[in-house]
Amino acid sequence: MDCVTKDSVLWNNAGIIISCCIMPAVALSTLVPGEAATIVAIHTEGPLHQRLLAMGFRTGKIIEVIRRARFAGPLQVRIGTTDILLRRNEAEKIMVKKA
Amino acid sequence: MKRIALLGMPNTGKSTLFNRMTGSSARVGNWPGITVELLAGKILLGGDMVEIIDLPGMYDLHGFSEDEQVVRHFLHDNVPDLALVVLNATQIERQLSLLLQLKQINLNMVVLLNMADEAKKFGITIDTAKMTEALGIPIFLLSAKYGAGYGVALQAITKALRYTTPGMAEHLRDQLKSDSQIEAEMARVLQHSVQVPARLPDNLTDQLDRLMLHPWLGLPIFFGVMYLLFQAIFFFGQPLQTGVNDLFSWLRDAAIAPLLASLPAALQGLLLDGIYNGLATVAAFVPLIVLFFLFMAIVEDTGYLSRAAFLMDALMAKMGLDGRSFVMLLMGFGCNVPALMGTRVMRSRSLRLLTMLVIPFSLCSARLQVFVFITAALFSPKAAPLVLFSLYLFSFGTAILTALLFKRYLPNSEPFVLELPPYRFPTLRQLVLRGWHEVYHFIHRASKFIVAGVVLVWLLTHLPPSAAPASADTFAGMIGAWLHPLFKPIGITAELTIALIFGFVAKEIVIGSLAVIYGLGGQALSNSLALQLDWVQAYSFMLFTLIYTPCLSAIATLRSESKNTGFMLFSVAWSLVLAWVISFVFYQGARALGY
Repeated sequence: MDCVTKDSVLWNNAGIIISCCIMPAVALSTLVPGEAATIVAIHTEGPLHQRLLAMGFRTGKIIEVIRRARFAGPLQVRIGTTDILLRRNEAEKIMVKKA
Repeated sequence: MKRIALLGMPNTGKSTLFNRMTGSSARVGNWPGITVELLAGKILLGGDMVEIIDLPGMYDLHGFSEDEQVVRHFLHDNVPDLALVVLNATQIERQLSLLLQLKQINLNMVVLLNMADEAKKFGITIDTAKMTEALGIPIFLLSAKYGAGYGVALQAITKALRYTTPGMAEHLRDQLKSDSQIEAEMARVLQHSVQVPARLPDNLTDQLDRLMLHPWLGLPIFFGVMYLLFQAIFFFGQPLQTGVNDLFSWLRDAAIAPLLASLPAALQGLLLDGIYNGLATVAAFVPLIVLFFLFMAIVEDTGYLSRAAFLMDALMAKMGLDGRSFVMLLMGFGCNVPALMGTRVMRSRSLRLLTMLVIPFSLCSARLQVFVFITAALFSPKAAPLVLFSLYLFSFGTAILTALLFKRYLPNSEPFVLELPPYRFPTLRQLVLRGWHEVYHFIHRASKFIVAGVVLVWLLTHLPPSAAPASADTFAGMIGAWLHPLFKPIGITAELTIALIFGFVAKEIVIGSLAVIYGLGGQALSNSLALQLDWVQAYSFMLFTLIYTPCLSAIATLRSESKNTGFMLFSVAWSLVLAWVISFVFYQGARALGY
């Protein structure tokens, strides 16, 4: 990854630089099908946070939007080998950076 | 007796393994959360009887949903001698987190990486020796569904049972390390032992989903599939039912009647026209029910349920429900009881209650028997499947209406996050087990409710002895006359009223009790019904049967799952009121239109 500015360097809690580009973080809900991005923050709390962690949502992971359901329905996303359905509400709380 | 517990995330194949180990027929399916209760079985392992316990899936030890609490409480109160941790090998990268959490509570463990066949297909390689070394726990690859690797794993389990669990801390959650520590450890273990291809090959699931989950075609395909399924059930089931019916009639005339000829007339009547006719009429539906559940099992095993949740979530959200509620409605088509229990995967109480309020409107297989019988008796072979389909539409319609009416009293903001498993093939073994399970279930219910029900109906229609059987002077006639003012406006006769009362206990009794009331079985009963009822009355009766309370078991489940008697009573009352109103509107409307 090419670094453009030093200011926007992101670290995950293991202390590894995971992103350092000027692309701003956006919500997962804004990705279109076929787009992949890196998770940079998960703004959820309590039980939902635990569930997302267990399903493989972790900062630094690559996430791809496979499809979106009609009528503002849920998104199908893929992290590694796991496919997950989640509503746009939840997807708004997950911040990602496009590569 | 030593105890082995099966632990793991949802939909990793714990119940499939449980069935393989114990020879049981626990319900399995490609849906996260199909097991919501503890199941136990005993097997002989290394010369000793061992108890195997199948637990619901859990995402992590912090879990808050009711099925996850079942696991936590179990672990807290009954430390197992051995925990078999079942992980999905294709998802080892993330499922390892649960294993690491479990490792901290000092359980004696053996790890089984299930679905080894799928992992191989995905090109995922796992070095179990290296992983065993990194974790200090024996690890085995296996396929619980097809049996590969099972023998070796079983030997290891037998061996591991010799050691005891060191014991567990009082407070499970306090002990857990922080997530970042777990993450670092996951990375360490995975680094050398697991290789996952950077990009998964485009597989069958992706190709199928491009069609099944197509933005515009997805929903029409879903309803098309459902329609074909129900058509197929009618198409295959109805001739089967007639065939079995004929067999029972023949058996009665050829063997049972002559055998009982020496008994007193009243006893003969009770045995032949009561128990035999009633049971035979109901038993004729066994092939239909088995067929129905085989179709259901295929839908469940393939993973189509999660797709249905994806397609329907947006619409369900408008009714205050979610995609999982819709899946529970579909499961309710089999039997409402497991569907009601399946709501345990929901964490919001409001969402759970609202879902439990709509599930009883799901047209279950017991009600299907009544409708198949009556539509075959009163409608032309061409119209019958359409009539049946219209009842499924009413089933959805009443569920939607109920949700829309009550959603504002049960508002929820439950997040909807659900795994989408790949499509999987059901095995013949699973289908046979499921079919057998349903036959067993039927026999169980038959011995419990149906015999008692038909005997009671026979007594009511033949007592007091002075009255002519099934006449207005019998107890049944009196009850019918007493309730008549209530049922006359919806076109339901006194005989049908008696059947409805017994249908409260179980819908299988409805047809059985009609057989007893009319003193006829099988085809003769159909003919007699066709003479006494017109199609408007019959349809009104079916609507009422569809909408009013499913059965006593469902009521009991509503009570035990909601832990609220008021909620249960409300659900029963609401369904009775709705049934009456809809039948009334239909019957009076049809009559007003001149039918």
